[in-house]
Amino acid sequence: MAARDETPSARTLVLDVPDWPGHQAGQHVDVRLTAEDGYTAQRSYSIANAADGGRLELTVQRVPEGEVSEYLTGVYRVGDPVEIRGPVGGWFVWRPAEPDPVLLVGGGSGIVPLMAMIRARKAGGSRVPFRLIYSVRSPEDGYYADELRTRARDDSGLDVAYVYTRRAPRNWPEPPRRVGVAALNTAGWPPELAPLCYVCGPTGFVETVADTLVALGHDPARVRTERFGPTGG
Amino acid sequence: MGIVSPGFRGRRRPAGATELPPGQYLTEDFPVLSAGPTPRVPLDRWELLVTTETDQQYRWTWSELMSLPTESPVVDLHCVTKWSKLATAWEGVSLDALLGGVETAAEYALVSSYGGYTTNLPLADLLDGRAWIAFRYDGRDLVPEHGGPARLLVPHLYLWKSAKWVRGIRLLVRDRPGFWETAGYHDYGDPWREQRYQGD
Repeated sequence: MAARDETPSARTLVLDVPDWPGHQAGQHVDVRLTAEDGYTAQRSYSIANAADGGRLELTVQRVPEGEVSEYLTGVYRVGDPVEIRGPVGGWFVWRPAEPDPVLLVGGGSGIVPLMAMIRARKAGGSRVPFRLIYSVRSPEDGYYADELRTRARDDSGLDVAYVYTRRAPRNWPEPPRRVGVAALNTAGWPPELAPLCYVCGPTGFVETVADTLVALGHDPARVRTERFGPTGG
Repeated sequence: MGIVSPGFRGRRRPAGATELPPGQYLTEDFPVLSAGPTPRVPLDRWELLVTTETDQQYRWTWSELMSLPTESPVVDLHCVTKWSKLATAWEGVSLDALLGGVETAAEYALVSSYGGYTTNLPLADLLDGRAWIAFRYDGRDLVPEHGGPARLLVPHLYLWKSAKWVRGIRLLVRDRPGFWETAGYHDYGDPWREQRYQGD
């Protein structure tokens, strides 16, 4: 068990789960916390790692006033027990046996299940080409920055493109902007290749990206979405 | 009682607040959850199709739906992703009005949407003033993100049963799991019994 900070407001918890049945990339778990008087609260979190025995990694974004996320990113100490239920979800998943090219479009904390897919691709020995478009407010807000840099270099067939919405790094070739037709055209796949598209992030982000993909000619049935509501917790 | 997480206190709801189903928390806004892109359905091509177990079909165009008497339910919503939203105001046509003239001995319904989504529930849960084809929310036409032009509203079950962009209801003698139900979610989905997943 371990914990590491991804950004100033996001923390990855590495949990050791006895009898974990394994999971598919993109699935999530329910985390249930119980207070001393029996009060409980539960929330869903995407799994960040590829299946690896009983090891489970969750990256939790602290939500202001979020009763579960504030605990997990703050009070929680490595070794404290939490209750986990899962894995859950059978639609927003990617399996290493899938033969089609993949486009991943993540906004903010929406990278988490997409990162599990990138990790599962390598772990499963898949050679399917992956393209990730990752939208973050500023360079400091990106999760897994070092690992994505390394993987973009070493994981053959993985392309990583960033879009900065508020503040770009110095000397970045374009001003801050949102993911739109331009980014999806240049850093995505042409619809003729019929990629599987996974879009995850806040509701407005997912709506815009999914609508744009359909407008560009992607089959709506091949655009899978997962939305994080503004409430979370 | 479950395993205590040291130092976890939580944010309790004030005494006297409306009770929520187990495992739910209260939200004031209206999160959006769907499995794919939002379909856009022009009203002049919209229709609702009810198909019985003997393949008899009943159809309503948008204008035919609009000509039916409407109701204005104010209901609590419970989403399986844990949020609950209280006292939401809708306008729609009761399923009793639509299914009243349908001859069937079926016990189950498989509801389908523009965009391909499906969900199953017992036919009885669509009747007796407990389900609507809803097309207005909070005094306005229902926006596509929340299922417009029209969605099923079955508020006594988890919200994934309230299929957005509703297009058809197939009446069946045997239960047939829908989209999320095939992926491991509960066939019935009663929030008060916390029937989130198969086996709950």
